[in-house]
Formats: sequence, structure tokens, C-alpha cells
Amino acid sequence: MQEMIDRAKELLADGTVDRVVGWRSGEFSYDITPGVFRSAEELDESFIYNDLCAPNLSKYLIKESRKEGKLLVFLKPCDTYSFNQLLKEHRILRENVYVIAVPCTGKIDVDTIKDKGIKGITSIESDGETVTIHTLYGDKTMPKAETLGDKCRTCKSKKHVVYDEIIGEDGEVNNDGARFELVEKLENMTPDERFEFWRNELSKCIRCNACRNVCPACSCENCVFDNPNSGIQQRAAVNSFEENMFHLIRSFHVAGRCTDCGECTRVCPQNIPLHLINRKYIKDINEFYGDYQAGEDAMSRAPLNAYTFDDCEPGIVYSRGGKA
Amino acid sequence: MHRIGVFVCHCGTNIAATVDVKAVAEEMGRQPNVVFAADYPYMCSEAGQNLVQDTIREQRLTGVVVCSCSPRMHEATFRKAAAKAGLNPYMVEIANIREQCSWIHKDKVSGTEKAMILARAAVAKVQLNAPLTPGTSPVTKRALVIGGGIAGIQTALDIADAGFDVDIVEKQPTIGGKMTQIDKTFPTLDCASCILTPKMVDCAQNEKIHIYAFSEVESVSGFVGNFSVKIRKKARFVDASKCTGCGECVEKCPMKKVPNEFNMGLDNRKAIYIPFAQAVPKVATIDPNYCLMLKNGKCGMCSKVCGANAIDYKQQDEIIEEKYGAIVAATGYNPINIDKFDEFAYHQSPDVITSLELERLMNAAGPSNGTLVRPSYLNKQDDHNAHPKKIVFVQCVGSRSTCSEKGAKEYCSKICCMYTAKHAMLIRDKYPDTEVYVFYIDVRTPGKLFDEFYRRAVEQYGVHYIKGMVGKVAPKADGTLDVQASDLISNEQLHINADLVVLATSIEPDKTARSLATMLTASMDTNDFFTEAHPKLRPVESPTAGVFLSGVCQGPKDIPETVTQAGAAAAKVIGLLAKDKLVGNPCIAHSDELMCNGCSSCEKVCPYGAISYEDKEFRQPDRTVAIRRVASVNPAVCQGCGACTVACPSGAMDLYGFSNNQIMAEVDAICR
Repeated sequence: MQEMIDRAKELLADGTVDRVVGWRSGEFSYDITPGVFRSAEELDESFIYNDLCAPNLSKYLIKESRKEGKLLVFLKPCDTYSFNQLLKEHRILRENVYVIAVPCTGKIDVDTIKDKGIKGITSIESDGETVTIHTLYGDKTMPKAETLGDKCRTCKSKKHVVYDEIIGEDGEVNNDGARFELVEKLENMTPDERFEFWRNELSKCIRCNACRNVCPACSCENCVFDNPNSGIQQRAAVNSFEENMFHLIRSFHVAGRCTDCGECTRVCPQNIPLHLINRKYIKDINEFYGDYQAGEDAMSRAPLNAYTFDDCEPGIVYSRGGKA
Repeated sequence: MHRIGVFVCHCGTNIAATVDVKAVAEEMGRQPNVVFAADYPYMCSEAGQNLVQDTIREQRLTGVVVCSCSPRMHEATFRKAAAKAGLNPYMVEIANIREQCSWIHKDKVSGTEKAMILARAAVAKVQLNAPLTPGTSPVTKRALVIGGGIAGIQTALDIADAGFDVDIVEKQPTIGGKMTQIDKTFPTLDCASCILTPKMVDCAQNEKIHIYAFSEVESVSGFVGNFSVKIRKKARFVDASKCTGCGECVEKCPMKKVPNEFNMGLDNRKAIYIPFAQAVPKVATIDPNYCLMLKNGKCGMCSKVCGANAIDYKQQDEIIEEKYGAIVAATGYNPINIDKFDEFAYHQSPDVITSLELERLMNAAGPSNGTLVRPSYLNKQDDHNAHPKKIVFVQCVGSRSTCSEKGAKEYCSKICCMYTAKHAMLIRDKYPDTEVYVFYIDVRTPGKLFDEFYRRAVEQYGVHYIKGMVGKVAPKADGTLDVQASDLISNEQLHINADLVVLATSIEPDKTARSLATMLTASMDTNDFFTEAHPKLRPVESPTAGVFLSGVCQGPKDIPETVTQAGAAAAKVIGLLAKDKLVGNPCIAHSDELMCNGCSSCEKVCPYGAISYEDKEFRQPDRTVAIRRVASVNPAVCQGCGACTVACPSGAMDLYGFSNNQIMAEVDAICR
């Protein structure tokens, strides 16, 4: 962390950048929030990078990169995919952003800890191997691996796909397919079971819009759900099924552009595994059109935006509807 | 509030036999905002149209739904009728209850039910229709013809004849194309160059025609009426404005061993050359791959002997930009590469040749000055073995075949049956002592005087036509060729000891057509032939507005057909250039700039290149100004396909006349 702060100070001092986008503590010390730092003093005071710094900073660059001056941003491997995808969509002004890649060994998920029945958490510490949880009822320790959410347990890549400079060593892409295990479990359900599963999960939704607001792919100037002309703005109020449709429409809108950063599930206050819907589409796209990872580069044409003669026919897609 | 009229057509019994039209009209009368609903035997008749017009006036209709045949048939009819009665023509919707309903249903109950659903959807849609006015764009009164073969020449001459400027871009040093290499033409057997060269000269002399020979199209932008084209004038290393075509340089050039492509490599030319005597423009060209001066800086002979001082070893490619209102693709064809057809021993024996090579061998300007000799005896024509005594023609080499891995084509090349009959007849006529065999799958000779021509080859000239294919050609030690074939009619295996084997090779579109199609955003079929806008009714237009097709680039054809099509393409171009303004289709896409993310999804899926982006300043709610990248649609290029509207993640793209809301309203009405 100190290395990051020192480098940020250098770049601020020599005028390469005017602002730094990083992380700072939120209401609780384990509740990390993105922050913009304008001076060395601010960095010393509150810049943080530790095993709790999960937020993906890429989406904030849409607005920040359009402001005056240059930005320094620290990106984890995951975040670099979102960054590239947003570059592809011309959403981030690349020339205004200086990217420093920082390593990530998986981020602690507080909800995962809470699910283990641990209550009254006051702060969390990690040495990279073991996590110590301070609670009102005393300290608890557990291996870090047990504190990871689904996203980090099945990490897709420790490789940075874009950066100007890197701190530490670059990692490898993980192609073991582990991230699709839960999707396969859902695919193996009967349609009725699957319908029941999602109706149950989505029934918890309180329409707080956190998933949409954090999603780097959900960056429309004017979201269809906020647009009175879209014809779907008020549908959620019609009945609970229409309300569930919010998530299905949203996932269709990000299909082919979702980099699987997992932010939707991380920020969901109701712990709905929203990323599984997106992962299902990613898996389908891989199977129908060949392996494709959104955000892997900033140039290539996404399968859903391209047509080739050997694209599979709709009938093939339809016949793969699931096990009856 | 809308006032909608619904008109249900019987189409005689076409609709009324399977759909209870009265029930449909009654049901539609109960739909919201429908103030009038009636059925009528023939809506498209004058009386039917009058009913629509009178009702518009009397009932003060704001929208009309006609339940009838496909909108492709009569949408325009009813739009015009509505316009005459003072209603915006785009306030008319058609519910197709014939092709999509009565014709496919047998049972009247289900047919009626579906007709009601389709009509209901149209009624729901028309409530959301808005009056539309088509835009106009100006027309640049100049045409570009790409390819200077007989197709391009004829198109250019016809366009120029109507008084419009036309440019021909030809990649070879001379115009004329494949026809210059052909000796005689079927079915009249007149000399090809005798009928072609006057047309080439006409092109050169016509003030309205400008020829860019030895040039290629580099890029195309713009749209119908307003194309902007970059043309690369390749370096000839000869100043075309000075060169008189005297040929002194060619005479003196020491580099004699360059395969002569005009004679299919059967003889050699010099490094500086004029392809043939009647070339247009008659200007020398230096081949940089062979010129000693350009390769090693040593020689300069042509420069020394040129009286006009036209040689310029430092000449560079030049790029010019021109504006055009219409573009004609006339890129022509080539015989396929037969390297992989090992069975015919094309590469093992010089005496196995293609039909185009035979044309050169029989032509007075060819390597043997018109005497038919075996290519192996080209340098010893006086030898008594030089003249072939037994010739075997093999038809369908690479045509009508599924061996695509060998480069063969599934289609029929169409011209081979006739030119093979021509070759056989000419040889039998000039050398009656020669035995001629033709192996064929089928003989296909439809066309005026064509079958008579083929019959003459068989009956009058005694050409042996044998149904069956040649399996193998094996060169023998004595220089002859053992042709092994099957005769399917007598069911026997044949061995013919031939002196010459002629392969009627399939033809394929020129390789440059593919890249040109990309530049023009014109579509192609799987064989790289340009696709026409409609195979029957719009055969010389590409689906891309302002792009027309002439000659073999659209599909295999002979010279008479090519000239016919070239004239037809010219007529279409003239029809376009004669207009001062083009009226567009108002049902096009538009982008809501306030919602556009500038993500480029729409641009990626647009098949017409109609979408571009610009950085625009927007005042934000907090009074600051933000610069955002937003899409804009060029209304003259957009064809209204709607691909962008579904690719757009934010819903900023929408289509006039088929808005997202209108389509959702139709779906809702159907599902109601």
C-alpha cells in the first residue's frame, strides 16, 4: 500500500496526474468505498489498499475522465477488464487516465463472513493468509480462503489486460471453468425448479438499484428503467413477476458486455446471486459463438455485435433451452 | 384522440373464403378509437380506394388500417389514396390477412381468429403512428463504372449517350477486358475485336467519358447520389499525356523474357509494353518487376529512344478523389485456377490448355499468328507434327462440381457449352482433317440461335459429342496424350490418343470484387457474385441504393447477355442521374442524443455505414457543459432495417414508422 501511495504522490508532484482514484474507508472500516484524492496529504490521511478493497473503480472513470485534468487510477485484474470494455464503448477518455495495475489475491466478502453466523463485526484484518475478525463478542480467525465470495473463489483472471505501469508481478488467466459450476447446477435443474429458484431469489429484491448503479456495463446516460418513453419504466409496479423482469431485462442489456466483475452480487443488500444470470449468458455465448471474454481487449468485435456465416442457428439456441 | 377507419378486403375469395371478413370488420369496429369499419370485395379497385378516401373526408379519419394483402403489394396504393384525401400517407397501416393468414389457413374459424389478431395489432400500431415527411438529397450528375470490359464499356457508352459524365476505372493498362482475348464470338462467328475495338475507340473519343486505365478504386464513402470515391492511378512510369504509343521503346527494350499475360503466357513480351495493338489508351507501361532500370538502376534504353520524353522512372502512384451520383460494378470474371485438377495433367504437358489459351492460339494476333499448333511445337511450327490431328475438349472443368477443396464451383458457368461448340466448329472448318471430341455432362444451349449453332457443330461439322467425363489425361512418351474417359451412352471406357486437350474451365468473379463489395457495402453470394436487389424484378440493382451491376460480376453470362444487362444498368443509372433530388424513405433510424452513450454498438451492426459519431456539447442539469460522443444517422444512407435499434443498449436508437413503442403495442395487442 505504501508503494502505491508513494508512486501516486510522485505522479501528482511531477504533474503527470491531477487526481488519484483509489479506495478509502466508509462508515465501517471494513466497508470500503471508492475515493478521489487530490493531494499528498489526502492520500496519507485516508488512502487504503487491502484485502477488503473490492470496489471496481472503472465505472467511476466515465465521469471522472471527462473532467478537467488527468487521473491516476489503481486497477485490480478484474477491474482492467471493465476498463477495456468501457474503452471499447468509447465511455472512458483513455488519454486522460494513467493506469497503475495492482495485484489482487481475492477480496474478503463481509456477507460470506456474516453467513457463518458471525455478528457484531467491528473491524477485519488480514495478513493475506489468515483473517482476524474483531467483533463485539470477541475475536475470530479463519483462513482467508473461507472469507471469499463466489466471485473471488472462482477468480477468472489474475492478469491485468491493460495498464500503463504495474506494481508487483502480473498473474495468469484462470481457465478452469470453475466459475460456471453454479451455472451448471442451475442448468441441471428442471425448468420448474429453476423458475422456482429465481422467483425465490428475485422476490427478495427491494429495487434499490444498487446492482444497476454499480455495474460498469450499466452506464447508459439514461437508463431504460428511468425513461418514461421506454415503456418499461412503470412495469415493476404491475405485479411481482414484472418486478422480477427488471433483472432479466438488465442482464439482457449487459449480455456480451458483462465482464463478470461480480459487483452486482457484491453490492446487493439482499444477497441475491445476480452474477449467476450474467454468467449463464457468458457461458451460452462461449458455447454458441466460441470463447469470448468481454474486456479482454478494447478492439475486437463482440459476438452479439457481429454476424458470421457460421453463427449457430436460432433453432440450436432454442433446442438447448434446458433439461425438461 | 385518434379517429381510425378499418377497411377489410375480400380479395374476391382469396381472403373471404378462409376469413369471415364481416366478422373481422365488426370486431374491429369495437376496438378503441375505431370510428368506422367496413368490408369490401376489392379494396385496391378504384371503387375501393374511393371508399377509403370518402371515409377519410367524411369521418375525419386520423388513421387508416387496411386489412388486405402483403404491404409489398398495395401499401403504396393505399398510401397514395390517403394522401389524395389529405391524410399523411404514413398514417396508413396494412394488416396482411392474405399471405400471412387466408392463404395459409384451411379452417375458417382459425383463419378469422388470426385475421382479427393481425388487424388488432395494426390498429394498436396506427394509434402511435406519426405523420412522416421524406427528406431529399441532391444528386451528383456523374457516374463511375468500375471495370472496363465489354460490360463497363457498354454501360459507360449508354450513360454518356444520355448526356451524363461517366468515368471508367480499369485496373489493366487498357480497357477491353476478356473480350479482347477472344478470337471469334458465338453464334455468328464474327471476330471479337472487330466488334469490340470500335466501342473502345468510342469510349476514348467520347467527351463525356473519362478513362482511368491502370487504376483501382481505393475507397468509397457517401451514399446514393453523393458518393465520394478515391481512385489510385498506379504508376506506369510513363507520362500518359506525353506518350504517343509509337512503340519505339517496346522495340528497343532488352528485357524480352516477360510472360505475356495477354496471350495467356504462351509467349513473351518486353518489360515495357503495350498490351495489344488496339489498346485504349495506347500508352506504354513499364512492368517494375522486370524493368532493369527500376530493379537495378541500369539500362534506361526506353528513356533514350522515347522521342516524346514520356518515360518517368520516378513516377509514383497518384490518388485522386471524385464525386459520383451512381456506381456501376462491372468487375467481370476470370477462369478458375486449375492447379488442383491434377487428373488433366495441365501442368505436366504444354498440350493441355484452357479454352482461353485456345482462343489466343487461334487468334491472328496470338503467339502462332492464328495457326492452330500444339503449344509444344510453338517454336517449330513447320514440323509436320505441329498441327494437332486429334483434339479432345473437356467440358465442365470445375463447374457443376462439389469439389470445392479443388476450387471447383457448384454453379454452371453457362458460356462453356457454346464456346466449346464454337471452338470445335472453327477447328473442323479450318482443319477438316482434325478429329474433334467433346466430353460433356449435359449440353446446355438455350438462347436465340444457340441450339441451332450446337446442332450445326454436330451434324454439319461432324464433331464427336460424347456424354461422359474424362477421368484422366496421361502424357505419353511420344508427346501425345492418353485421354481416358467413359462414354455413358454406350457404357464403355474410352482411350483417345490426343494431340491437344482443351479444358473448358469454370469462370469465377474477379478477386477484386470481394474488396469492392466491402467498400460499396454491396452484398455478395457465397460464390462472390454480387447479389441483385431482386432476382427477378430488380436484376441490375444492388440492394445498396445507387450501386448497379453490369456483366459477369452478377452471375455467369455470355456477351449478348452482358451487353443487355450493361444497357439495363445504364438505364437505371440514367434514371437516377436524371433526377435533381432524391426523395428518401422517411422510415429511418434516428438517435436520441440525450440518451445515446456513444458506445458504437449501432455503428458495428449497421450494414449500410449510415451511422457516424460526433462529440457534442450538452448542458448538464447543474449548468456545466459536458462533451459527449453521440451517434447520428445519415438519413440518405439509412435503409430503415432497424438493426441498430435492437443493438442499442440504452434505447436511444429508434425507427420512424416502426418505433419500439409501436412494435411493443403490436405485440401487446396480439397477446391481449
